[in-house]
This record gives sequence, C-alpha cells and structure tokens, in this order.
Amino acid sequence: MIPISYYVLLSALLFTMGVLGVLIRRNALVVFMSVELMLNSANLALVAFAQKHQDLGGQILVFFVITVAAAEVAVGLALLVTIFRTRRTTDVDEISTLKG
Amino acid sequence: MELVVFFITAVVAIAGAVAMLLSRNAIHSALFLLLNFSAIAVLFLLLRAPFLFAVQLIVYAGAIIVLFLFVVMLLGAERAEDERDQIAWQRPLALGMGLLLLAEAAFVFFQRSGTILANPGSVSENFAAPDKIGVALFSAYLLPFEITSVILLAALVGVVVLHQRDTRSGRAADRDVLREMSTIAPEPTQAKTR
Repeated sequence: MIPISYYVLLSALLFTMGVLGVLIRRNALVVFMSVELMLNSANLALVAFAQKHQDLGGQILVFFVITVAAAEVAVGLALLVTIFRTRRTTDVDEISTLKG
Repeated sequence: MELVVFFITAVVAIAGAVAMLLSRNAIHSALFLLLNFSAIAVLFLLLRAPFLFAVQLIVYAGAIIVLFLFVVMLLGAERAEDERDQIAWQRPLALGMGLLLLAEAAFVFFQRSGTILANPGSVSENFAAPDKIGVALFSAYLLPFEITSVILLAALVGVVVLHQRDTRSGRAADRDVLREMSTIAPEPTQAKTR
C-alpha cells in the first residue's frame, strides 16, 4: 500500500494550485475551473482518509460532493452566460458594478 | 509497482493543474482540467474506490468538462486575457499566500499525523465495493441521498429560469435593469470632467 501521506500531500498541492488559479486568473471561466480543481483535491484527501480508516462514510461524502459540484457548475455557468450577455465580458476585473 | 503508477499519475495530475493555470486559451485550460480529473480518477482506483472512479469519469470528465467546453465556445471567451493586472502586486502576493497555505496544510497534517494515521486494525481490500456503497446509500444515508435529488431539481429550475429571457416581460425587465445601471453609475467621461 502507498502511504496515505503521499495522497494528502498531492491533494494539498492540487488545492494550492486551485487557490492560485482563483487568485491569479481573471477569466471567470478559468476561475470556475480552479474551484472545481479545489473540490477535486478535497475529494482525493477524503477518499485517502476513508481508505486509511476503512470507513465508507468518506466515500459517500465524496459522492455527495460530486453531485453538488455538478449542480453548482450548471448554475454557475448559467450565471456566467447571463453576465456575458449583459456585460460582454468574462473578465472578473471588469465585473465591478457592486464595487461602490 | 503500485508506487510507480502512483508517481506517474501524480505527475500527470500536477502537470495538468499547472498547465491549466498557465495556458492562455480557456479551451486548453478545460482540456488540461480533463487530464487532471482523469488522473485523479486513476488515483481513486489505486485507493480501492472503483465506484468513485466511475462516478468521477462520468460526472466530472464527462458531463462537467463538456459543459465547460460548450460555454467557452458559446461565449467565444477562449481569447487570451490581457497581460497586465489592474493591481501590480497581485500575482507575487497570490504566489506567496499559496505557498503559505501549502506549508500550513503540510504542517498541520504532520503535526497531527500520530492521531490521523492511527492504524485501523484490519484492512480489507474491497471494503468500498460498489454494492456496499449502494447498500449504505439506501440505508444509513437515505435522507441526504433524497435531499440531493432536491438540489439537482433546484439547479435545473434555476438554470431554466436564468435562461428564460425570450419573453417580452423578461426583455423589458432587462432594459429596466440596464437603464438603472446607466443612471446609477456615472459615465467615465463625466467623472473625468468633474
């Protein structure tokens, strides 16, 4: 068996990359992809711990996370399309109507 | 043998994530994300989670990435974003904070690894066989499972409502919103003359 810490470190690395994507990129679509990357890395850690503790709950939680992520992507992309129709841009720096 | 597979898959996953971050074209980003998702699916298989392997491939690699690709092509948003940031120090600061987060996560994990990594006693090879997950979903986790269906229905209704703009009232409401925005937000030229 591969030590569980390898999986957790890989998961932390991928999560950090997702955070960097949210912070650095300005295309709203790529920011959204980075959020998906973060969700996926958390899933990886959950499955690793579930395997370590021989607990099915971790895998069930991952199943629910994937389901909610699918719903979230559908709604989020619909919002993006609506924003693009009115503002003609997907750059998050340009969408600053609420900035006051 | 398993270790070799793990390292190759881990390198593919990290390469996919880095390429997604760096590629200027949103379509390339989506395809690199697909590579990353597939690598994570292989890692699920290595972790003896065949059910999640299938779900990951079907839902993430299949449905979600296709949705992303459709929207990128629909919006024509694959063009590169401009190089300059509005805030000059945003990129180095983000890099520093990301590294800090990584160090913090690693520190907490290894600090508490004694309790986290306690041996479970017996290790079964197929404790997460698909049939066991199915039994658990429909017994112990039945309520969350049913609530999930409500969430999916809410997402479906939400998407339909968001795209329902072809009716006359919807168009009129949009015009009203636009007019309000243009009256509230001062024109940039006016702001300069003032």
